[in-house]
Amino acid sequence: MEEQTVYDLIEKARRIRCHIIRMVGEAASGHPGGSLSAVEILTALYFREMRVKPEDPTWPERDRFILCKGHASPLLYAVLAERGFFPVEELKTFRRINSRLQGHPDMRKVPGVEMSTGSLGQGLSVANGMALAARLDGRDYRVYALLGDGEIQEGQVWEAAMAAAHYRLDNLVAFLDHNGLQIDGRIQDVMSPEPVEEKWRAFGWHVLRIDGHDYGAIFAALAEARQTKGRPTMIIADTVKGKGVSFMENDPFWHGSPPTREQMAKALAELGEGV
Amino acid sequence: MAEKIATREAYGLALKKLGEKNRDVVVLDADLSKSTKTSEFAKAFPDRFFNMGIAEQNMIGTAAGLAAAGKIPFASSFAIFACGRAFEQVRNSVAYPRLNVKIAASHAGLTVGEDGASHQAIEDIALMRAVPNMTVIVPADAVETEAAVMAAAEIDGPVYLRLGRPAVPVIYERENYQFQVGRAITLREGKDATVIACGIMVSVALEAAAQLAEEGLSVRVVNMHTIKPLDREAVRRAAEETGAVVTAEEHSIIGGLGSAVAEVLVETCPVPMERVGVRDVFGESGTPAELMEKYGLTARHVAEAVRKVVRRK
Repeated sequence: MEEQTVYDLIEKARRIRCHIIRMVGEAASGHPGGSLSAVEILTALYFREMRVKPEDPTWPERDRFILCKGHASPLLYAVLAERGFFPVEELKTFRRINSRLQGHPDMRKVPGVEMSTGSLGQGLSVANGMALAARLDGRDYRVYALLGDGEIQEGQVWEAAMAAAHYRLDNLVAFLDHNGLQIDGRIQDVMSPEPVEEKWRAFGWHVLRIDGHDYGAIFAALAEARQTKGRPTMIIADTVKGKGVSFMENDPFWHGSPPTREQMAKALAELGEGV
Repeated sequence: MAEKIATREAYGLALKKLGEKNRDVVVLDADLSKSTKTSEFAKAFPDRFFNMGIAEQNMIGTAAGLAAAGKIPFASSFAIFACGRAFEQVRNSVAYPRLNVKIAASHAGLTVGEDGASHQAIEDIALMRAVPNMTVIVPADAVETEAAVMAAAEIDGPVYLRLGRPAVPVIYERENYQFQVGRAITLREGKDATVIACGIMVSVALEAAAQLAEEGLSVRVVNMHTIKPLDREAVRRAAEETGAVVTAEEHSIIGGLGSAVAEVLVETCPVPMERVGVRDVFGESGTPAELMEKYGLTARHVAEAVRKVVRRK
């Protein structure tokens, strides 16, 4: 794949946001808010950072990405389709009976999905296992993970955080989609995981904090992660839940609620497209 | 008296043997490697052994990741933790994606002994057999354990291997033993009733059958080492040919071997049936022998169940 310019990525991100709105809107079901907040992170990974072959999705040398916050499946599917893992047309089947595109990702159904996720808190452990396997096999592939900031309320995340540092997994990079909201409201009101930087640092990780919608910042962080030896890197990405759709931004209602037909049209118009 | 070896001991030795044959085998433990006997593998192959600390949920998830990257992980802890504490990780990170993880859980059942009820898994077979894609194996002795470990490694998918703490009689001769997943083994022929047993209760059932023979009752003993997929044909034959069935397991009578056999019986050939097992109560501290006696898991109890089921014919 040719090197994508930031301009290309911005356009890619816009298209992916439109897919997300259409998928959730047409299915009348799904999670738009936390999909929209991590669009820049996933486009940066799949269109520039990661070594993948869409025509050979199980290529042993490929980099792996684990969507720990599996409810952001519309985002992952849209990115995989745009990257060529399966036809964009198939996005229409999201959450429908007999579809490969399950409500939460199923690795046995969808090319490019590395792990079946959805139950929060389990993905980072799996990423650790893949990172350990790379080391055992002497392969240089890297493992990426995306966690939600509500998700890190799950205890297993911290078991995994401890283990990744213990085993010095410097081939592992995790992003925290720090949008500050979960279904029931603001994370600091429901069950505050703050201060997140200090927590991950105390668990032995190299911690970076960036604007999660700024490609320059994302690439700089990923470059620093590659240079970091002896420990895993956590990139805390401050993001806006519902980013790109004015009425969805910073409102927990849009965590798991689909837009109506009118809302869908309004959202797509804001993103520069018709229904 | 036959030689006695704990199935967990046999597991440790088998794992080391398997590790020599197959470089893809890796082992995880949660701070219990000396008890689960994965320490044997750890000594032989330190690079392929991962102590995950007291964190079973992460252990299962890490095993899933290793499997997704082509490894054959054996994850071990006590049964109560491996499939109790980490149940949802087993379900969602291993069984649902059909990953090649072997959950080898030791210290199952009441014979954990003195540690008491908190550590005695009596519902693990029920939990594991309810999960789609899971194979459930309960070896009866050391010879069968080694064969089951080797067979589990050949299966491309999740396997639950249930192991025990105490030394149990060796029933089989290594040279003549043939293990096939899902194929029950008839250890003793009989025509009046059949005892279908698993794990530690297989040798107990054999003892009961010998006692009953002296009373003139001819009892078939079947070792149902694979609870899932269950050998339905062996169950149906037992019912048709002997007309009465007793199940015997070191597990709750709810959801385990007894339930699995009952399901097949009512669907194929309903005959009188009795279940020997823990009767919907928690265990307690005591020696394994004391616990087996108090909770109704001795040859005397199995024999009594057989007499009862024969009277109901």
